[in-house]
Amino acid sequence: MIENKIIYNLYKKILRIRLIETAIAENYSKQKMRCPVHLSIGQESVAVSICSNLKKSDVVVTAHRSHAHYLAKGGSLNKMISELHGKVTGSAKGRGGSMHLIDKNSNINAAVPIVGSTLPIGVGIAWANKLKKNQRIVVIFFGDGATEEGTFLESIDFASLFNLKILFVCENNNYSVYSSLKKRQSKFRSISKLANSVGIKSTQLKNHDTINLFQSAKKIIKKIIKSSRPHLIEVNTFRYLEHCGPNNDDYLNYRDKNEITSWLKKDQILSLENLLSRKKILNENKKKKIIRSINSDIKKAFKFAETSSYPNKKDLMRYIYND
Amino acid sequence: MIKKITYADAIKDALQTSIKNDKKVVLLGLGVDDPKGIFGTTKNLYNNFPNNVFDMPTAENGFTGFALGLAISGFRPVIVHQRVEFSLLSIEQIFNQIAKWNYMSAGSSPAPIVIRLIIGKGWGQGPQHSQSLETIYSHIPGLKVVCPSSPQDARDLMISSIKDNNPVIFFEHRWCHSIKGKVNKKIKSSKIGKGKILRKGKHISLISFSYSIIECIFAAKILKKYGILCEVLDLRSLRPIDKKAIIKTANKTKKILIVDNGMKTFGVSAEILSIIYENLKNIYVERIGVLDTPLPSSVALAKYCYPEHEEIIKKVCKILKITKKINIKKNKNPDQPNSDFIGPF
Repeated sequence: MIENKIIYNLYKKILRIRLIETAIAENYSKQKMRCPVHLSIGQESVAVSICSNLKKSDVVVTAHRSHAHYLAKGGSLNKMISELHGKVTGSAKGRGGSMHLIDKNSNINAAVPIVGSTLPIGVGIAWANKLKKNQRIVVIFFGDGATEEGTFLESIDFASLFNLKILFVCENNNYSVYSSLKKRQSKFRSISKLANSVGIKSTQLKNHDTINLFQSAKKIIKKIIKSSRPHLIEVNTFRYLEHCGPNNDDYLNYRDKNEITSWLKKDQILSLENLLSRKKILNENKKKKIIRSINSDIKKAFKFAETSSYPNKKDLMRYIYND
Repeated sequence: MIKKITYADAIKDALQTSIKNDKKVVLLGLGVDDPKGIFGTTKNLYNNFPNNVFDMPTAENGFTGFALGLAISGFRPVIVHQRVEFSLLSIEQIFNQIAKWNYMSAGSSPAPIVIRLIIGKGWGQGPQHSQSLETIYSHIPGLKVVCPSSPQDARDLMISSIKDNNPVIFFEHRWCHSIKGKVNKKIKSSKIGKGKILRKGKHISLISFSYSIIECIFAAKILKKYGILCEVLDLRSLRPIDKKAIIKTANKTKKILIVDNGMKTFGVSAEILSIIYENLKNIYVERIGVLDTPLPSSVALAKYCYPEHEEIIKKVCKILKITKKINIKKNKNPDQPNSDFIGPF
């Protein structure tokens, strides 16, 4: 059985990411965040359930839709919002933007938007851990599209061959921009079975139910450490907003209405609120208090970003080389 | 103290010394531990350092990414491809990730990786085993590119490339591997980005790099017999390129022949020409390079594709308006670097 306190904390973390992402979406039209954003709204529970099972020294690498992973692993909010604003106080001092979040203090070591390209980098970090003989695990977050890239096969094959401590997490949201999975992958193809074919065990989860995901990840991570074998989790999830940008784009009718409503019913914030209310752990007052506290942090982060300086022209050619 | 070794042995010495001095140096590539040891350049290293030498699956883009993961975790990987062309499968990792990693992390996550690319030529290597692609790698900020032509430079630049905190593309010409040359007994590094005057001269400057330097020297030796003194500048690095050395020799002789190791169009020679034009006036420049064509396998066609000493001599005479006849020994077997080389690749 899962402790109530754990559920409560998972809920707070998911809510925090939802509110941060919502604030980005709401503020986007001010045109102060002048870079593409791939918001994680709807998919937050995957990041939170997995990362809540990690130690600080464990490593996360991710892709274009990285905000939830970054925040769930403990990445600095101020640095993230500043990076979106192109400020010198940003996580990459304004060089990367939303698609290149990094926070070495929290071991978020890579986020890149070229689909599938962080997979081998994560494998390399896990290989380094093995050579250094430490017990750290590497979590590689990627989408269903990434499994169509050659890097996916190259990465799972090597991870298996070298017995690396890696948790591959495929967040299958069924869409690569507007292209649905059935247009891209044969109905005879299974992402999990692709992993199995190179000797990697896999776990398939039909939806992003927080508690189920948290408990599965807990067991799997223990097993990865004990057996020194990689594992793959494929979890079906749902992106609420457009692929890139602050808006809902369901008016374009590229997704089936039933698909949308069935996923909205599984919204993890609503589910956890219902559960916690039934357990008498959460009530409206308490919820308001949590939201107020998170929003206060968000407000501070935006103020920090907005009042921070832009990078200076004299530093235009800095960081190209490490001297 | 001085000894004589081959270019391939010089690279092996540098790799061995680097691993001995720093256990974080790891070699990876297809066949890096094979019995022939990548044309001798990694021979026996696996036996001596089994924890530092790793054969790889046939997954060039994948293992280039693995190398980046190692590099940002404190290792110093050295990748090798037996031909440049295989590295094209890993261009994504090299151009988008490795070259920009230090930048994208605002200097907090350097990527010290050496990528050894071997250029092929002759013996029927054909369209996909004999291209000189220095120019595409030299185009990318964040990468350094070196292309030594002598055993001494190969050894010293390998040492410095491995020590460098930045990604370095290390071009080796297959026809350089068997070249013997004197090297200092003491192994030390040499600064990346510095050219070297190999011969002093006053009539004309030959500017070149990689194997083409060998042809330049050969031509210069013949021309000297006729009183024509060529200055030969070996660039040794293409990024950063030694602008000072180019400008200095151009200013001295006022007449330049650039011998490009690759194709002229959008090539390294175009960059050198621009450097001269942007900095000096009244300098006469011509250039020769590999013909603008996929490279044929047949020796009957391939022999017309590369700028060799014969073409260099003819061009020099044209530029200097020399009419007397120069005796040039015809290269009977233009598809071999020397008679010992009988393939297969």
